[in-house]
Amino acid sequence: MADNHETSSEGINAPLAAPMTAPEVDDWFVREVLPLESSLNQFLHRNWRNASDIADLRQDIYVQVYEAALKDLPLRPRQFVFTTARNLLINRVRREQIVSIEAVADLDLMEIAEDSPAPDRAVIARDELLQLQVALDRLPARHREIFLMAQIEGLAGRQIAERLGLAESTVSLHLAKATRLIADHLYGAPKDLRREP
Amino acid sequence: MTADSTTPAQSHGAAQIEERASHWVQKKHFWGWTADDQVALDAWLAQSPAHRVAYLRLDAALNRSNRLAALKAPLSARAAPAKFRPYLSKLVAVFALVALIGGGISFLNPGPTIATYSTQVGARQTVALADGTHIEMNTNTRLRVALSKTERKVWLEKGEAYFQVTHNAKRPFTVYAGDKQVVDLGTKFLLRHEPGRLEVNLLEGQVEIGSEKNAKLGTTVLNPGDSAIVTANAVSVTRKTSRDIIEKLGWRRGVVTFDRTTLADAVTELNRYNRHKLIVTDPAAARITIGGTFDVNNVETFIDIAREDFGLKTQNRGDETVISK
Repeated sequence: MADNHETSSEGINAPLAAPMTAPEVDDWFVREVLPLESSLNQFLHRNWRNASDIADLRQDIYVQVYEAALKDLPLRPRQFVFTTARNLLINRVRREQIVSIEAVADLDLMEIAEDSPAPDRAVIARDELLQLQVALDRLPARHREIFLMAQIEGLAGRQIAERLGLAESTVSLHLAKATRLIADHLYGAPKDLRREP
Repeated sequence: MTADSTTPAQSHGAAQIEERASHWVQKKHFWGWTADDQVALDAWLAQSPAHRVAYLRLDAALNRSNRLAALKAPLSARAAPAKFRPYLSKLVAVFALVALIGGGISFLNPGPTIATYSTQVGARQTVALADGTHIEMNTNTRLRVALSKTERKVWLEKGEAYFQVTHNAKRPFTVYAGDKQVVDLGTKFLLRHEPGRLEVNLLEGQVEIGSEKNAKLGTTVLNPGDSAIVTANAVSVTRKTSRDIIEKLGWRRGVVTFDRTTLADAVTELNRYNRHKLIVTDPAAARITIGGTFDVNNVETFIDIAREDFGLKTQNRGDETVISK
């Protein structure tokens, strides 16, 4: 549809866009798109009133970005992700006619037109090291214990279950939950929070 | 693919999809993984791009959390180090046994005996003495031990060691480092000896620091939590929190902890443990501060982090890597 043609138009200038293989796109997605999640969350919170929709919206944006990238890797990932987000919100407003149009009125004020210079990577990396500590600290005690045993001590799930006298399915559930929380924290935590020394 | 055709189906259930994806990711990372599992995962991923992006995101988070910190230890004081001790003490016991077999035989003989122990760069070793004293030696450390019926003497020629001394007032235990000596008064303490500098951290009991050759130094008695820096003519004592001390002893578990440490200092510390040396050339890079707990021998991870997360340039020159901005 029109919106998508518009957003991927930068690919036209690329010399003979060869179709990407899935592993290439996977790498690209992890490297270029996931680090934008914190900004994307802020954008969605600012422009969409119903906070409970955010996770679904984000997923839809990721899907569209990923599928577009399979055809042609966007040259400017940040711009592409936010343009996709904006178009998706506009489409949603038009289709559902639930949210008032003001909800997206300030979309154009967002500085999504250009790739703003990334913050000092060293600052981010340093904060992420500290932030990982915070993320681990915030896990519920049992989740943290199990996650540390698995991820840090390198124990297999079966060994953890044995050592703690838990059912393997319980360990499995704890590991899954801990993984989701860590991902939310590493990718989704607001930037200003991350900046706390 | 258009927004309108994809969104209705996917806008329900991001949470459920993520839950399912997290199950796959943890299974792949932490449990046995078979060809059948891979087939099942591939089938699930192929069902919807929503499945794939959710999976990618969680998988990347696990990889990242692993690589970022290269952790080997609980990170915070609240993360209860006690849970890790059982495995550690087993490890120490194994070391101690090896040390006994390797070096302890000379202690079967009566009279003063002298034994020399040393560790290579990156190695650690625990020496169990016949009197029950344990000495854990850190990287690149050398010490000599002389035991007689009336006294026990250790010369810490270089490096760092953690002493757990079986106290015996009738058979004093003295550690010599250069022209200084540390006399045990019933004790656990950590000594680090570098040219012109001796650091003494006391965990339990008391020690007395002095110099037989330099009376001007006087004697200084340390209490638990005290950390003393001894130079040619001065002793300065500061108090450390128990967490500081635990971090100073991180090498016993094979880790080093940085907390707002400059890259220059962090590299100096890691270089103690590795033959492959890191060199920071420009001042701007040297001033960057970092935090986290690192495996002392995993210099590759440190280089990866410098390059990929700090955006620094790294250049491998064979037996050294130069880090610059």
